Amino acid sequence: MKWKEKFKYGALGFVSGILNGLFGAGGGVVVVPMLEKFGIHAKKAHATSIAIILPASLISAVLYFANGNLDLMSATAYLPTGLLGAGIGALLLKKITVRWLKLLFALVIIAGAVRILFQ
Amino acid sequence: MEWIIIGAIAFLTGITASMGLGGGFILVIYLTVFAQIPQLAAQGINLVFFLPIAAVSLFFHAKNRMIEKSVILPSVLFGAVGVLIGVWAANALGSEWLSKLFAGFILLVGIRELVMAFKTPKKNEEMEDKPEPEIEIKELSE
Repeated sequence: MKWKEKFKYGALGFVSGILNGLFGAGGGVVVVPMLEKFGIHAKKAHATSIAIILPASLISAVLYFANGNLDLMSATAYLPTGLLGAGIGALLLKKITVRWLKLLFALVIIAGAVRILFQ
Repeated sequence: MEWIIIGAIAFLTGITASMGLGGGFILVIYLTVFAQIPQLAAQGINLVFFLPIAAVSLFFHAKNRMIEKSVILPSVLFGAVGVLIGVWAANALGSEWLSKLFAGFILLVGIRELVMAFKTPKKNEEMEDKPEPEIEIKELSE
């Protein structure tokens, strides 16, 4: 890989890392479209984004824990169905169109944003 | 009833997170708006939640040969520096300001996703089985 390519992916990782540390989520919304823009096939971009964000999330989690902003036990209630959803999502990614899921996701987060802004 | 809601939220988060759609937003919204957990603590919960989800997703994606390995190293190295800055900024802002910034960010993301969903043809072009650009081949020829 050329240096220019490395820099491109480094910049992508840097921005997603900032988002991950700042919001504890959301690296994917930057990584996926950028990877696609860099010529990586959409399905591979979605999958590869996880490989980029996982290490960033691990570092974020350690830093959140060190700053006293992380309660390990609180997350456990969400894990069983979350893992089930992750398994299904990963298996489906190769087979389905994500158009309707994206639409539902967009509506949910817009509603959530409005609620937070006006609460 | 609460368990059903938690299960449904976690399920939707798991599916969208495993596809790299930013599923963590859904869980953070639920935790801050409905469970009344401060923004920073909610983000911390989401991070812990995401780690095993991502590991499971990564296992399946790797099995399906969906990972573009060549891009990972530079992204992860610079990503680590970005994380340090992001966490510092999050703590400097505090939960109240951070929640407003978070809301503004997800509002933009949501609007973008909505526009894109209507813009793309019914048979979503990005998910069609069109031939993949072979990056490895391009690299060899360079």
